[in-house]
Amino acid sequence: MKDKSLISIDDYSKADIINTLDRAEDFERNPHQPLLEGKVIASLFFEPSTRTRLSFESAISRLGGKVIGFASKDSSSVQKGESLKDTIKTVNNYCDLIIMRHPLEGSARYASEVADVPVINAGDGANQHPTQTLLDLYSIRQTQGKLDDLNLFLVGDLKYGRTVHSLLMAMSNFNTTYHFVSPPELRVPEEYKMFLKEKKLKFHEHTDFTDIISDADIIYMTRIQRERFSDPMEYEKTKNSYVLRNSMLEGTKDNLRILHPLPRVNEIHDDVDENKKAYYFPQALNGVYTRMAIMSSILGL
Amino acid sequence: MADSSKPKLQVSAIRNGTVIDHVPAKHLFKVIAILGLDKITTQITFGTNLESKKLGHKAIIKLSEVFFKDEDINKIALIAPHAKLNIIKNFKVTEKSEVQVPEKIKGIAKCGNPNCITNNDHVNTAFYVLPKDKEKVALKCHYCEKITDPEDMEVF
Repeated sequence: MKDKSLISIDDYSKADIINTLDRAEDFERNPHQPLLEGKVIASLFFEPSTRTRLSFESAISRLGGKVIGFASKDSSSVQKGESLKDTIKTVNNYCDLIIMRHPLEGSARYASEVADVPVINAGDGANQHPTQTLLDLYSIRQTQGKLDDLNLFLVGDLKYGRTVHSLLMAMSNFNTTYHFVSPPELRVPEEYKMFLKEKKLKFHEHTDFTDIISDADIIYMTRIQRERFSDPMEYEKTKNSYVLRNSMLEGTKDNLRILHPLPRVNEIHDDVDENKKAYYFPQALNGVYTRMAIMSSILGL
Repeated sequence: MADSSKPKLQVSAIRNGTVIDHVPAKHLFKVIAILGLDKITTQITFGTNLESKKLGHKAIIKLSEVFFKDEDINKIALIAPHAKLNIIKNFKVTEKSEVQVPEKIKGIAKCGNPNCITNNDHVNTAFYVLPKDKEKVALKCHYCEKITDPEDMEVF
């Protein structure tokens, strides 16, 4: 993984994924390892993202590295009409690693081709967000003690949600059984179903979010976004039928944990927060350990 | 007269060059664009909406004094997977071949995703060619990873 950019979750083999998770576990046990001392990391956020940016910057600080960069395109020279290539070509003179969030799909792959230093994709439009996927995998392994043979329920916007697509692909290495729960207009795209069929993995599609969750090991909730609907009434109706409430968790498995990439709006009711099966806040903390692992592996430290 | 009983060629013969046969009629103009035939100065004859048992309607292109490299001609396999090439030397067919679907193509088609970096910055397009079913292929953008159907692709 040394010197290799991380753009898409497919860039990591099963062994790379497991190495990263093992390393993250080591950082969780011992977070004070100043491996990035003397290193400069550029954090280029062409689109704001509080959670991802702060999690990266926290990981860098814990590792003793320095951060340079910007938190939105308004405070960068993109404002003056500079091309992405020129920004990357310039910034890579100042740093050892680039972390980039950009609204256009494919921008991170392109940046990795023009940069002389490795690039970590922190989200390129609706395409990929591989560090989120690795922290999701970390949370799954941490709570289930394994990644193999699990029943994974993905709920909400399965059409546009990039975290869903990347998690679906990554989990295909571990003999997962998938359950897709979404409104008909936000179903998993055909190409992912083709991919699962090819890999001979089981998947089930549901439109009702009810007691089907009784055999779930992981429920991965996502936000249904207003802008995906042309009819605002349709949106109001839909968003309320994919809400997880505490009462629905009765009779579910003991080992069940609920994950969410956050931010949530109303898709997980507040009354779930107190349930021991709610795991979305510890999941966010895992982002720091996972990103520490990813950055130190790429820098060969 | 002997001439009238003999089936006559619908498109006239060439002395030296390449004949591209079995092009789906509806994709003739895309094939012309992909191969850049609008920039060629030697004699070219096209025939289209000719009857074909296999394709329904086919097109044929006869190019005088033009010979293609495999990597160039194979680009048309995306929309004309059954195209056949005849190399003509002195009015005789000296070589026959079929187009092969390439694994990767660069710079001929536009990515169908308006939010792709290649449609917003000066980035050349690149696609992986994936099999969709027996007859068709899909183009996966190297950058945004979205699928473009060759039937709808826009050629530069």
